[in-house]
Amino acid sequence: MPLAAALRSFLRKALAITELEARKLRHDPWDLFTRAVQPVLWLVVFGQVLAQVKAIPTGDMPYLDFLTPGILAQSVLFISIFYGISIVWERDLGIVQKFLVSPTPRTALVTGKALAAGLRSFTQAVIVLILAMALGVDVVLAPLELLTVVLVVLLGAAIFATLSLIIACLVKTRERFMGIGQMVTMPLFFASNAIYPIAMMPRWLQVISYANPLTYVVDALRGSMIVGGVSEFGLLLDLGLLAAIAVALILIAGRVYPRVGM
Amino acid sequence: MNDRTMMVRTERLTHRFGDLTAVDSLDLEVADGEVFGLLGPNGAGKTTTLKMLCTLLPPSAGRAFVAGHDVVREPAAVRREIGYVPQLLSAEASITGYENLLIFGKLHDVPRAELEERARKALERMGLSEFGDRLVRTYSGGMVRRLEIAQSSLHRPKVLFLDEPTIGLDPVARRAVWDMVQGLRETFGTTLFLTTHFMDAADALCDRIGIMHHGRLIALGSPEELKDMTGMSTLDEAFISLTGNALETSGNVRDIQRDRRTARRLG
Repeated sequence: MPLAAALRSFLRKALAITELEARKLRHDPWDLFTRAVQPVLWLVVFGQVLAQVKAIPTGDMPYLDFLTPGILAQSVLFISIFYGISIVWERDLGIVQKFLVSPTPRTALVTGKALAAGLRSFTQAVIVLILAMALGVDVVLAPLELLTVVLVVLLGAAIFATLSLIIACLVKTRERFMGIGQMVTMPLFFASNAIYPIAMMPRWLQVISYANPLTYVVDALRGSMIVGGVSEFGLLLDLGLLAAIAVALILIAGRVYPRVGM
Repeated sequence: MNDRTMMVRTERLTHRFGDLTAVDSLDLEVADGEVFGLLGPNGAGKTTTLKMLCTLLPPSAGRAFVAGHDVVREPAAVRREIGYVPQLLSAEASITGYENLLIFGKLHDVPRAELEERARKALERMGLSEFGDRLVRTYSGGMVRRLEIAQSSLHRPKVLFLDEPTIGLDPVARRAVWDMVQGLRETFGTTLFLTTHFMDAADALCDRIGIMHHGRLIALGSPEELKDMTGMSTLDEAFISLTGNALETSGNVRDIQRDRRTARRLG
């Protein structure tokens, strides 16, 4: 069965790339902790203060419960969207060139990177969940829901990390990449339902937020990780859409990836 | 001769960067088991040639075959047969040497059952046994290079491409790298295709040498033939006499910065 063999080989190689990143993290996990500072601040400071003000209409749900999935999604976004810089770095070191000379499908290289971003994001999910519980947020702890949260985090990370890889492959320099990264991060965050419901946005912003993948990450998380949380678009639509976007971006990234080796 | 005995064959292989023709109608044949050295001043097109042969860079014109496969039409087949040691120091510094070998072994389809054994043996062969479990960050430049040679030969490639493998190394480390490379050829019959600036090494190691200048192949032959051709007693002198101006300024700022960075990392 050549197709099954090809799939197995694809997976083995994608996982080899993920393993490389995992081994790096094991030797130096410091980054995971510094990355956790930001979501902690958002929940503890921003969330607690805004919950007092009651400025944002979230129905029966306490604001901190509403905010928690948004902050987890934000954390996934921030970790993944700058992931592409590693490509620029690896290119300057000649590592990418060696990846590209190996008989590894370009999409497998990208998938491996996307999964690695998922792995980093997963550690953030654990931290956010524990912190949220400590702050009294009603978190769902059923296995199926937790599995959904993990899946959504992996998909979200895959989407933003791959988007970031595509940008890095096109601009090729650290400086330009950082500029573009800064430029897209905040709009993605604010034009989403992460910290306020879409219903309270002006019409034009609503349109943008419907086109924003982060919105569907937040929506799926809100529907699965918080007691009484409801997914506005339905979990199936969220997951289907995220998976489709991830696959499309991985295919595009596979096409532009060889440019970094030239 | 047919493809079976020719490990590398190019037909009017050309690459242009905008107006600059980096590699100009290169015709080359390298036989199975041969050690071939591509020499030339900076910016002569050596690295560009290597990148085309390794499927990293598409040719602008002409064709190239490696291990009998067309680099443009069958890149995946070419990649299964080759190893590549880029000029830059490209081992992953934040994991151990052994881990570097494991990861690349997987990417190169080394059978799972043999992977660990091969990785340990390769470390041994490269004189790195006791350093296998240390982070590559702690390695000296020569050790990194030897690790990279192990990394790119773990899957027993038919052709190993080495781009300036001894750049920035001290004489002892250079010697060690050349010995390891020579060992690979003797143990596995690997065809070696390398670029270098070290003429004495090229003289001692290479069966044949091609000299590139401004993207063109201007001389081709065994070290002895090149010396005879120019009437010089050393390859160094033969090289200078063939390429003319030894004080060529070439390579842009980015290349120079990159070389310096490499040299610094090699310490």
